Amino acid sequence: MTLVLTLREIPPVPLEAEGISPDVLKGLALEDVLNLEAYLGNRRMRLGDFFEADGEGSEEIVLRGDLSRVKWIGRGMTRGRIVIQGNAGMHLGAQMRGGEILVEGNASDWVGAEMRGGLIRIHGNAGGQIGAAYRGSTRGMRGGTILVAGSCRNEVGMRMRRGLIYVGGRCGDFTGLEMIGGTIVLCGGAGIRSGAWMRGGTIVSFQDLVLLPTFLYTCTYRPTFLRLVFNHLRTLGCALPQGIDDARFALYTGDTAMPGKGEILVRAP
Amino acid sequence: MQVNGVHIEDTFAEAFPMWGARVVITAATARWALVAARAMTGFATSVIGCGCEAAIERSVPHTPDGRPGISVLVFAISRDRLRSALVDRIGQAVMTCATTACYSGLREVEEWLPVGAALRYFGDGFQRRKRIEGQRYWRIPVMDGEFVVEEHFGVARAVGGGNFLVLARDEATGLQAAWAAARAARTVEGVALPFPGGVVRSGSKVGSRYRFLTASTNDRYCPTLRWRTQTALPPDVCAVYEIVIDGLGEEPVREAMRRGILAACREGVVSISAANFGGRLGAYHFRLREILAGSLSQEDR
Repeated sequence: MTLVLTLREIPPVPLEAEGISPDVLKGLALEDVLNLEAYLGNRRMRLGDFFEADGEGSEEIVLRGDLSRVKWIGRGMTRGRIVIQGNAGMHLGAQMRGGEILVEGNASDWVGAEMRGGLIRIHGNAGGQIGAAYRGSTRGMRGGTILVAGSCRNEVGMRMRRGLIYVGGRCGDFTGLEMIGGTIVLCGGAGIRSGAWMRGGTIVSFQDLVLLPTFLYTCTYRPTFLRLVFNHLRTLGCALPQGIDDARFALYTGDTAMPGKGEILVRAP
Repeated sequence: MQVNGVHIEDTFAEAFPMWGARVVITAATARWALVAARAMTGFATSVIGCGCEAAIERSVPHTPDGRPGISVLVFAISRDRLRSALVDRIGQAVMTCATTACYSGLREVEEWLPVGAALRYFGDGFQRRKRIEGQRYWRIPVMDGEFVVEEHFGVARAVGGGNFLVLARDEATGLQAAWAAARAARTVEGVALPFPGGVVRSGSKVGSRYRFLTASTNDRYCPTLRWRTQTALPPDVCAVYEIVIDGLGEEPVREAMRRGILAACREGVVSISAANFGGRLGAYHFRLREILAGSLSQEDR
């Protein structure tokens, strides 16, 4: 049975609700669910102070309302599914290891930060630092997949080590900042300084990018491995431009300021 | 028992446990995929002389990278020898072939062998690894771009040496029947016919009068030796062809034998027999009449 949590009203300050996770909620009675702690600013509150609940504790959770001020939903989750019928707040699915999160609206910053597995799907736009490392941390996302149908802001995939990020719209500046590994697919291009201090990994852009001078043009070719990535994205329902499988890509190697072994593949005209 | 007037001998084919792998080769065009598949399956007729047995299985409509692809089956007597054969053959015949990539064609298996993991060193430190959908791939830089190969290839327990003999009045009719039989047998998924054209003319027996030789000509089925050995040939048989079938399990081999034998039973064929070693060596015994039992008309029975 599915657990449905409906937000009564948007909290005046951010609500930290780490308890909204299948790992925590599975098997709990409705009363126990409502008694879970949540922090409104620095005040310790109950989940029931903000949400109405229906059903019972389950691995299937549906959240209703504008949750753009509810932080840490699905933090560290390892299984199950969360569907957010609205917007989601910061740190959605941070450090998650498995399961799936679906956001039907927009999401805020730090989606999937330092995640290790699982799937996060955003139907709308997302903020910055998607799949990134937290400040002071050496590694960002280490596995899993983040799909954003809309656009994102800055520092997407910062210090990302492994995994896949797909952005259907445009990204802000510093995409793949200090990236170590993994793959970022940009359908709508990105702002300036993409791949800055990049040490490894792959950024794929279907639109032209303004690259740092420390990225060196290497060759133009048809990378076979991209077909594997594209096929995987198609199975996840992502929209890709027609004819992309046979497209040629210009390969830029960098960031030579490091020196890095990263690669930026820009679709050739 | 008779099928289309062809006598089915009351005997069995003796087959052996093996390990098998399905390799999917893709390339920019179907032609280049076929070139690589042919190169990879060359000189792979018998584990005795070639280290492995391999053959093209079929063209693959949906490949991991969406390009034209061909699947190849490779069999060897142990996992270690299979790994060695895969590394050698993919490294020398597929990686060297223009535009190719190579993937495991077996997914739902428990045993995986590090094939791409061994081939990656050809990249001399410039190779890159990608993990996509839980699978790991190596991108090895080559002169036309990159050779993509899966890190591990799935392998499964298999059966090698399923067979039957087509005993014909003459070479021409025997060859027509054998060709038709091989073609019919190949329609079964998961089987490979490793010999040239799927047909063997130099069937062998175990041992030899020469100490250095482990296998020698099967003299009982050689028409020119009819009066010099204890022949197994009926008086009107002047040509024998053997169809050897390896498969990813007993059932595919059995079904391929059934289809092959039915296709071989035609005008000019005297009888169908099978090669065995008295049942002492192989773990699998495929009795011809049992295989055909469900396929015969009342008249044939």
